[in-house]
Amino acid sequence: MGFNGARVLWEGLTGNRGWRPHWRKPAPKPAYDVVIIGGGGHGLSTAHYLATNHGIRNVAVLEKGYLGSGNIGRNTTIVRANYFLPGNSEFYSHSLKLWEGLESALGYNVMHSQRGLINLFHSDGQRDAFARRGNAMLAQGDDAVLLDRDGVRKLLPYLDFEQTRFPIYGGLYHPRGGTARHDAVAWGYAHSADRQGVDLIENCEVTGIDISGGRVTGVQTTRGTIRAKQVAIVVAGRSSQVAAMAGMRLPIESHVLQAFVTEGLKPVIDHVVSFGMGHFYISQSDKGGLVFGGDLDFYASYAARGNLPMVEHVMEAGMTLMPMIGRARVLRSWGGIMDMSPDGSPIIDKAPVEGLFLNCGWNYGGFKAVPASGHALAHLIATGAPHPVAAGFRLDRFRTGRGIIDEEGTGSQHNLH
Amino acid sequence: MLIPCPCCGPRDRREFTYYGHATFLARPAPDAGAGAWDDYLHNRDNPAGMTEDLWYHDPCGQWLKVQRDTLTHRVHGSEGLAGEAGA
Repeated sequence: MGFNGARVLWEGLTGNRGWRPHWRKPAPKPAYDVVIIGGGGHGLSTAHYLATNHGIRNVAVLEKGYLGSGNIGRNTTIVRANYFLPGNSEFYSHSLKLWEGLESALGYNVMHSQRGLINLFHSDGQRDAFARRGNAMLAQGDDAVLLDRDGVRKLLPYLDFEQTRFPIYGGLYHPRGGTARHDAVAWGYAHSADRQGVDLIENCEVTGIDISGGRVTGVQTTRGTIRAKQVAIVVAGRSSQVAAMAGMRLPIESHVLQAFVTEGLKPVIDHVVSFGMGHFYISQSDKGGLVFGGDLDFYASYAARGNLPMVEHVMEAGMTLMPMIGRARVLRSWGGIMDMSPDGSPIIDKAPVEGLFLNCGWNYGGFKAVPASGHALAHLIATGAPHPVAAGFRLDRFRTGRGIIDEEGTGSQHNLH
Repeated sequence: MLIPCPCCGPRDRREFTYYGHATFLARPAPDAGAGAWDDYLHNRDNPAGMTEDLWYHDPCGQWLKVQRDTLTHRVHGSEGLAGEAGA
């Protein structure tokens, strides 16, 4: 089923009775060329790029729940390319370019909105750090503008400029940053992959990975054995459990990251804004809800819900920055489970088992990476060589110490990111 | 989340600093080799369920080993690490 303006108009005039499900519900076949474990954003985009870029269509995506039931529907929808370090910088730059062509590539409206992202700074030291980051972004070919206090005031007049505790010195403006409709990204990739013959198999939990003579031969699932020449583990949030089925222990600790949404309001926040002196960032969804979040709760968790101390911190930081939101009522809060790696950067690599691939360790940055992550993993699966923009995301960088991508500069150790 | 401190009794999570899995106490010998050190520093079982991790109680300065369920956040018990090697 294709989508276009004329079709939307026609359906609107005829009671929307012509729409059909956006993907099939196939039963698993006994064997595939490639099995992707995990029907989230990264798994579905991998399937799309395998089919579109490499002509590999005998592919199954296995999802234990329903498509897009994990972190692709739990994030705060921010898309940006404002990374500093080589390794990350070219990867997220590539991802943003894919985002910019995504709707036409998929034939699907993902509501990508480049409304601009502003990271505020509150001291001379922070200004220096952001100026340096902005220069790195420009050197990468992306966009960055260093705003002074008046420049910020023009864009964000509602901030509390009078407070003295955390005065606003300025902000790093990334005009091509913004948001996208997170669920639609999963649906768009699913729709495209399905149309090209990929089997998207829901309610199919992988319970074992079959390995014979050091080579992967297939997977055991709640819907039977499925043979495969190549298997990719794309299950951020549960990576350790699935990798353990292949006898691996990963450099990952799972943490919960909370997010919040208010009741729908009239348009009031036009950009994505982050506070530099506490953990708080915010944008307004197209439906009107203020979507905001903060930092990890900072202890290992799979509970998909957080505790009150971080709720309190996020609310305090929000009120410090923009007291106008104080009367908005919070509708919901929730948590997503993050694969935290020691250096805070992801892993897209071959596993030690022949034919097995890993895509994990997305920390709190997985959503904006969805296009480039699938693009790079598909390239690795199809060609056997890492895609140039993701060549730094090696599993062995922790063991060797070479190529650690520590964006925060806090050290390559668990519990520091 | 309340965490029982052997000195102070059950205290709010805000009083504690999290350090990570208790595997951190099993420090390999200096000459154990790169593989053992990589495993110790980076790789984790990362259990979904019962785990044992290290917390520091800021007010009293006690290091704790806490038995906890990562799926429910329920704390099942704790012990002080005062006097333990490596603590």
